[in-house]
Amino acid sequence: MKHTISVLVENHFGVLARISGLFSGRGFNIDSLSVGETEDTTTSRITLVVNGDDIIIEQVMKQLNKLIDVIKVNDLTTDEFIDRELALIKVHANGKTRSEIMQIVDIFRGKIVDVAPSSLTVEVTGAEEKVQGMMDLLREFGIKEVVRSGKIAISRDNKAAHR
Amino acid sequence: MSILQGSQILVESLLKEKVDLIFGIPGGVVIPVFDTLFDSPIKVILARHEQGAAHAADGYARATGRVGVCLVTSGPGACNTVTGIATANMDSVPMVVITGQVTTQMIGNDAFQEADIVGITRPITKHNYLVRNVKDIARVIKEAFHIASTGRPGPVLIDLPKDIALATTEFHYPATVDIRGYKPVLEGNMKQIKRAAELINASHKAVIYGGGGVILSNASRELTQLAHKTGVPVTMSLLGLGGFPGNDKLFLGMPGMHGTRYANYALSECDLIIAVGTRFDDRVTGNVEKFAVHAKVIHIDIDPTAISKSVRVHVPIVGDAARILAKMIPLVKRVENKEWLKRIDEWKTQYPLTYTDSEAQIKPQYVVQQIYEATRGDAIITTEVGQNQMWAAQYYKFKSPRTFLSSGGLGTMGYGLPAAIGAQFGVPDKVVFDIAGDGSIQMNIQELATVVHNKLPIKVAILNNHFLGMVRQWQELFHNRRYSSTCLIDNPDFVKVAEAYGAQGIRITQKKDVRPAIEQALATPGPVILDFEVAREENVYPMVPAGAGIREMIEGLA
Repeated sequence: MKHTISVLVENHFGVLARISGLFSGRGFNIDSLSVGETEDTTTSRITLVVNGDDIIIEQVMKQLNKLIDVIKVNDLTTDEFIDRELALIKVHANGKTRSEIMQIVDIFRGKIVDVAPSSLTVEVTGAEEKVQGMMDLLREFGIKEVVRSGKIAISRDNKAAHR
Repeated sequence: MSILQGSQILVESLLKEKVDLIFGIPGGVVIPVFDTLFDSPIKVILARHEQGAAHAADGYARATGRVGVCLVTSGPGACNTVTGIATANMDSVPMVVITGQVTTQMIGNDAFQEADIVGITRPITKHNYLVRNVKDIARVIKEAFHIASTGRPGPVLIDLPKDIALATTEFHYPATVDIRGYKPVLEGNMKQIKRAAELINASHKAVIYGGGGVILSNASRELTQLAHKTGVPVTMSLLGLGGFPGNDKLFLGMPGMHGTRYANYALSECDLIIAVGTRFDDRVTGNVEKFAVHAKVIHIDIDPTAISKSVRVHVPIVGDAARILAKMIPLVKRVENKEWLKRIDEWKTQYPLTYTDSEAQIKPQYVVQQIYEATRGDAIITTEVGQNQMWAAQYYKFKSPRTFLSSGGLGTMGYGLPAAIGAQFGVPDKVVFDIAGDGSIQMNIQELATVVHNKLPIKVAILNNHFLGMVRQWQELFHNRRYSSTCLIDNPDFVKVAEAYGAQGIRITQKKDVRPAIEQALATPGPVILDFEVAREENVYPMVPAGAGIREMIEGLA
């Protein structure tokens, strides 16, 4: 099962190397990893998507916690959370296909961020299924290049308000 | 407050941590640090290879319980400590390794004697630091000693660039440490402790299985109390030896690949394992699928990652072993296990730990037994790795903690001699004996120079079979005696080697000379190398073949 793990770390150089090294050294698989500063500039937030059974995820959580530079580890999957991913998709486009592509982008509430004679670059943000869904539809036009940010996620706070 | 140079801050900080001894070797970028040390009260022990310095710091730490310190130069010096650091990391030894580094503006430039030692040692240290500002030195030292010695101990590396060692700032040593990501749990959850006590009280076939954590947390008194109060028998892993008296009636010896049959049978048939400060290493469990299938498992460990890593645990208790056991002891009672103890006694009688002695040849086990008797079990024994290590573990009955120093997790040949140096400095009034093989001793034999220079009365017993014995044993048993690259028939003359270094060497070829030679070595004030020509193809038994369950032991007795 896929788990989305949120890791609060010290904003020191080398911390990312410790975490990626932990995964490669112990044979855990990372599906995606994204990192950025938090509201507190002394800390960074790493969002990891990890695939594994309960025993593996338990070890992953414990091993992350064991790192001195790791402040807090949270398996968001155990509760409600919001996740988002950003993708930039460069797709083949010409006079005939351009408007059809723009319609699809519109449906997914994406944005055209660059236009060239033979291509369009699309920005889309959303949950993994949305990004995937849009990519599936754009595939028939010929995707030239995709860059995905990896997932970022945050836990839901006031649950009642979202229900 | 005074303005000091980085190297002075380093040394002052070490003094604040009550360091009186450093093992190391100088080199280009650490000259300023060694220069500062020249006038300091800290004694610097010059090793002859940085691996030796690291193992010596490790041996000092294991023998005393204090943090061992090692100081080397950048590049090759730092890289040479890697095996020593990995050894300490696997066996949870508190150690601080200080490496010099090229100047900060040269880092990443492939400078002379530059190596990214922080990158190299990241997976084999508990934590490591590259100091990039002279103002950080004091805090980093404070944190390093704290991290190395608390929680599950381990090695911490500090990489110190030359320009930082020469820069100046105000010296202020922090009084406390606050690392928000590092707060080891010590106390143990009382509810879990009660649950564990209930399981113990209801058990009929329980076994206590202790490991190196018993020694690290100084819990050997509590463990012994628990065993004596409940009447539950005890097995100790290689690193746990000495944590429970080796001559106690309840002692089952070591479990696992070369453990006793009765320890392995007891673990296989028990209804409850009380695991204390141990990590169910694969050399202990054998095939995990077949390990202790009937047993519930209580696991006390300070490292949560050790729990449920390889064996499913029913009652995990995270915390310091000594504190948890102290809380548990009042809650337990003498268990009803007469039948169980009877069964164990039958196993002990039926399958004793033994070997076929010989008059014509010197059996290595006999040598270990004679060392045990001659030292009355009071020596600190270090070992190399392989057959020598297993025979030492099997036939020397360790009475007290911190008397058996051996590379368990990493299995580092060449550990024993430098570790003996560290142990002898740490515990000057004890006999320190390195039980070695002819293969291993050559992996750090240069440290004989350190031994002789410091007039250390270390004794080395080489169980010389002219083989890399343990590998040869596997080749005999599983590879049709094809002794590929294991024959050491061209060994040097170890007596001459000893003499060349200025130590005494004695060769023993007759069984009758074994004991007198040991006595002579013990009566000699200086270092002595005893070269025992032992039976060449003697095997370590019993043995669990790789992949088998620990019940499935093979025996070599005729």
